[in-house]
Amino acid sequence: MNKNIILYAAILIFGLAAPFIFPAFKVQLSILCVLIVLALTWNIQGGEMGYNTFGNILFYGLGMYLCASVQVGMFFPLAEWTESGGEKTFVHTPEQFFQGMAMGLVVAAVVPTIVAGLIGYSILGLRGHYFAICTLGLGVAAGEISGGIEIIGAGQGFTTPPFPDVGSLEARGEFFYFLSFMAVVLTFITVKSIYSTRFKLILNAIRDNEDKAEAMGIQTMKYKIIGWMISAFFCGLAGGIMGGLVGYIDSTDVAFDGREMGVFMVLMAILGGKGTLWGPVIGATVFHIFKEGFWTFFLGWQYVALGVLIVVIVIYFPEGIMGWLREKYPERFGEVVDEADRKAQVELK
Amino acid sequence: MDFLIFQVPMLTLQATLDGVLLGILFALIAYGMALQWGVMNIINIAQGDLVILGGYIAYFMYLWGIHPAWGVIVSPFIMYFVGVGIYKLVINKVVDRDLFISILATFGISILFMQLMNFAFGADVVLANSGYGTTMLFDNSVTLPNSKIFSAFISIIFAIGLVIYMKKSKLGRAIRATAQNARAAKILGVDTEKVYAATFGINAALCGVAGALISITFTIHPYMGLPYTIRSFMIVIVAGLGNLPGVAMSGMGLGVFEEFADYILGTEFRIGSVFLLLVLILVYRRFKLSRKREYLK
Repeated sequence: MNKNIILYAAILIFGLAAPFIFPAFKVQLSILCVLIVLALTWNIQGGEMGYNTFGNILFYGLGMYLCASVQVGMFFPLAEWTESGGEKTFVHTPEQFFQGMAMGLVVAAVVPTIVAGLIGYSILGLRGHYFAICTLGLGVAAGEISGGIEIIGAGQGFTTPPFPDVGSLEARGEFFYFLSFMAVVLTFITVKSIYSTRFKLILNAIRDNEDKAEAMGIQTMKYKIIGWMISAFFCGLAGGIMGGLVGYIDSTDVAFDGREMGVFMVLMAILGGKGTLWGPVIGATVFHIFKEGFWTFFLGWQYVALGVLIVVIVIYFPEGIMGWLREKYPERFGEVVDEADRKAQVELK
Repeated sequence: MDFLIFQVPMLTLQATLDGVLLGILFALIAYGMALQWGVMNIINIAQGDLVILGGYIAYFMYLWGIHPAWGVIVSPFIMYFVGVGIYKLVINKVVDRDLFISILATFGISILFMQLMNFAFGADVVLANSGYGTTMLFDNSVTLPNSKIFSAFISIIFAIGLVIYMKKSKLGRAIRATAQNARAAKILGVDTEKVYAATFGINAALCGVAGALISITFTIHPYMGLPYTIRSFMIVIVAGLGNLPGVAMSGMGLGVFEEFADYILGTEFRIGSVFLLLVLILVYRRFKLSRKREYLK
């Protein structure tokens, strides 16, 4: 326990100091934080509950649009803003920007949660691959439909309010970094605390055998919906932050980007090891480093590399980094292993 | 209802005919998906990308001065080997694993194909001009491109041909046996590995035919694959596995739905409405099944 506290304190201090140690990578670090949030929330469904969703991108995109719309709509007419496109006819003062951002993030987190609660009863009743395809459809449908709505920019995109001039060039990066870092800390604490309650056991029971769990008297639907609402809350938050960070929202390329973000969150959780607390964090970090480190070498071939990466990870490495570590060093994970038994197993292999 | 489409009966007829002809094409793709879903228990997200690849084969024949209709013969041959290749490289490793693994793996293949096609053929919307002209009906108020009629005709021929092949030939019987019980088939001397490869190849070949027809009738584009996958998935779950008349009917129904959605909501919502329909169908199915479950209790 003592060791854990030191570990967490070290990570926290590192997280707080990171933008000052690596000032050039502030945006990358912020994106990493958003990715970790997405991977952690995906893991609640895919890892713990056994419901492999492609649809969490829906909440992410919804949060992104809502945050930006609220931020603009609080002070200026939204329709005129989107019509003016990149040309800035309205400028937020710093107070307006931060007030709008705060309000926007609240809306961005709360509305997706409500949406998840409303559609949860119909969608979460689906099982297995029907659920996976249905959520995939949900994400793409949201992207296509939002691309046809005029007031949020339709096909030409929506420019989020630019960061106001507060006297320092570094301020924008630091603001978004600490915002996303706060989101990560909040998500991690929430996820960790729910994983230490009966709730996690119920989710695992649903994953292992839903009918049996129901027969044991667990109201599985209630817990599935609550789990999805928790995911939606943090996905929406992450989307809101990402919208401000990117500065430009396009319906299918940024917000409801099932081809990138929607797959990334699945991939990161699987790479790190689904069904573990630290797996998504490690997976997101490794994936982001790989992506940013090697993407430039693939110039234009990123998606080819991504496709190959998905296939390779899914086929050859489905248990993920944490699963691999667990197999290699079971003692570290609190499992008692009989040495002779283990040797026999190794020989059998 | 003050939509133009309901006021003008000829427009309604036009949309319905267009939808039916389009739906027959969808049904062909869905037939391939039902085949490999039934036999291998795999949902292939890359289905639509195989269709588009088949379309590019016909398009290139058109560019080289060969009439694109010959693509209907050439494209399935090439696509058969592409399908077998994909099976040997990827699918045979996911066939007996968790279903989600296969969905994700084929999703990866789909992204890969999309991007490779984008590099190889460019991101332009292209179309192979068949030069078949147009049939005018009812005093020129309903126009039907002959290429659409041709493609529906060819689709029906291929579908019937495949049904006969599956019923009569040795491989067809082996495929049906494997679908019923892979283990028993293996005991009785069926090389299931070969059967799986052939099934995936036949599926890809069907996609190739459909793609060639689509390149003649409509347009093709590297990123257009996913809607075709979703359409065929939808048709298969509405019709049920192994219900061929059902596949044809629900394919046509989907085609008509799409044409009407196109007229009423506007073209920009066409793909969105397809995906939304998928969600609605799945939700409807879920409530229907849950009622059945309660009844069983």
